[in-house]
Amino acid sequence: MNYHWNWGIFFEQVQNGDETYLTWLIHGFGWTVAVSLTSWVIALSLGSVIGTLRTTPRPWVVMLGNAWVECFRNVPLLVQMLLWFFVVPEFLPQDLSMWVKQDMPAKEFITATLCLGLFTSARIAEQVRAGIQSLPRGQHYAGMAMGFTLPQTYRYVLLPMAFRIIIPPLTSEFMSVFKNSSVAFAISVLELTFVSRQMQEDSEQGIETYVAVTALYFICAFIANRVMAFIEKRSRVPGYVTAK
Amino acid sequence: MIEISHVNKHYGAFQVLTDCSTTVAKGEVIVVCGPSGSGKSTLIKTVNGLEPFQSGTIMVDGISVGAPGTDMPKLRARVGMVFQNFELFPHMSITENLTIGQIKVLNRSKEEAMATGLKLLDRVGLKAQAAKFPGQLSGGQQQRVAIARALSMNPICMLFDEPTSALDPEMVNEVLDVMVELAHEGMTMMCVTHEMGFARKVANRVIFMDQGHIIEDATKDDFFGTPRGERAQQFLSKILSH
Repeated sequence: MNYHWNWGIFFEQVQNGDETYLTWLIHGFGWTVAVSLTSWVIALSLGSVIGTLRTTPRPWVVMLGNAWVECFRNVPLLVQMLLWFFVVPEFLPQDLSMWVKQDMPAKEFITATLCLGLFTSARIAEQVRAGIQSLPRGQHYAGMAMGFTLPQTYRYVLLPMAFRIIIPPLTSEFMSVFKNSSVAFAISVLELTFVSRQMQEDSEQGIETYVAVTALYFICAFIANRVMAFIEKRSRVPGYVTAK
Repeated sequence: MIEISHVNKHYGAFQVLTDCSTTVAKGEVIVVCGPSGSGKSTLIKTVNGLEPFQSGTIMVDGISVGAPGTDMPKLRARVGMVFQNFELFPHMSITENLTIGQIKVLNRSKEEAMATGLKLLDRVGLKAQAAKFPGQLSGGQQQRVAIARALSMNPICMLFDEPTSALDPEMVNEVLDVMVELAHEGMTMMCVTHEMGFARKVANRVIFMDQGHIIEDATKDDFFGTPRGERAQQFLSKILSH
């Protein structure tokens, strides 16, 4: 291999600018974290609600939830990203459409966050549904027999256990959100993947660039994993055996 | 207290309950027995509306179960229920299990709920376990907590759905003792159980069900003395022979 190694490249200045490549990477990393965490908040809240609705006794509510999940689960994330960016604004009322296309601040960020958030919400909804349905039917009965309303039964009885049960798949999902945020480069969010391509072209040090970027994604996902492991440990129920 | 009249329930074409009628007067203890699949658990679950039914009426304390306009949560809060698999809330400590309903449904203060809960826990002999979680107790202990939890809501009557069927044999009596005590105190009780010893000791009436029908509804003495139907005789001889 005839490659000119230069690990010092990160501290060199970019062409046509006075910042270093490291500054680029840090900014990219910042956007990656911002997109990921915001999407996660959207995904977790929306996914929990939709997943819960899918277990209620109302058939049309269940159907709506199912439709949501199928919609977002069966289309590739990259295509969804492009759809939200290029297609959806065209179908908005004219004034709003103009505003979105021309004046909306942080357009790329908002679109990417929304897209990734909704995509992930469908996956979380599926997990939440499975978590609730894995609980013995008697738990539902016991909550209702206590005099709880249906929402109270969910709030105090079903959801606390369901969420504990689905922490392992949720962990994967949380890690995926960081990794999937890389797709946002397609609509020019200046996140890590976008910046890395920029740096590769600008510096011509592809290997160093992608090694650094790989490490940064790894760290993100790894921290996400540790955070969830901590939550799992903290929320463990004494004496509870999952098999039932 | 409980009036069940002409209740029918079916899942599609499958009839689970056929024209079931009976009453439970205040202070009465009724034992419901019958072979598995006879509809006894379903019947008891219709009393507090956990299982809907297609026709007939059930009145609890003068309130029509499942009728439009009936506040079911409010009605259920007044009817205690104990389940075969205990169904304590596993993520809550024993004291939380005993207080959550009082606090969230009856709007009692934490202190008041705690005092009531601990008193009942003491009554079922488990005061020392207050800080533990359901998973750390034996089946018998869990079921006693479940009874205490139901009592914490000051119910006007209690429903027991095979409360000892999931227990190891050596734990059956500790639960039955609590139930017997409750019966002696005058609690209105409807119990689905195969514990004929319990029935003999405290039941006023015994109901025998088969294939969704109430086949016998007799006083205890009549039932054990001379059960009329052949099915009831067969059933009794099977469960009493061992």
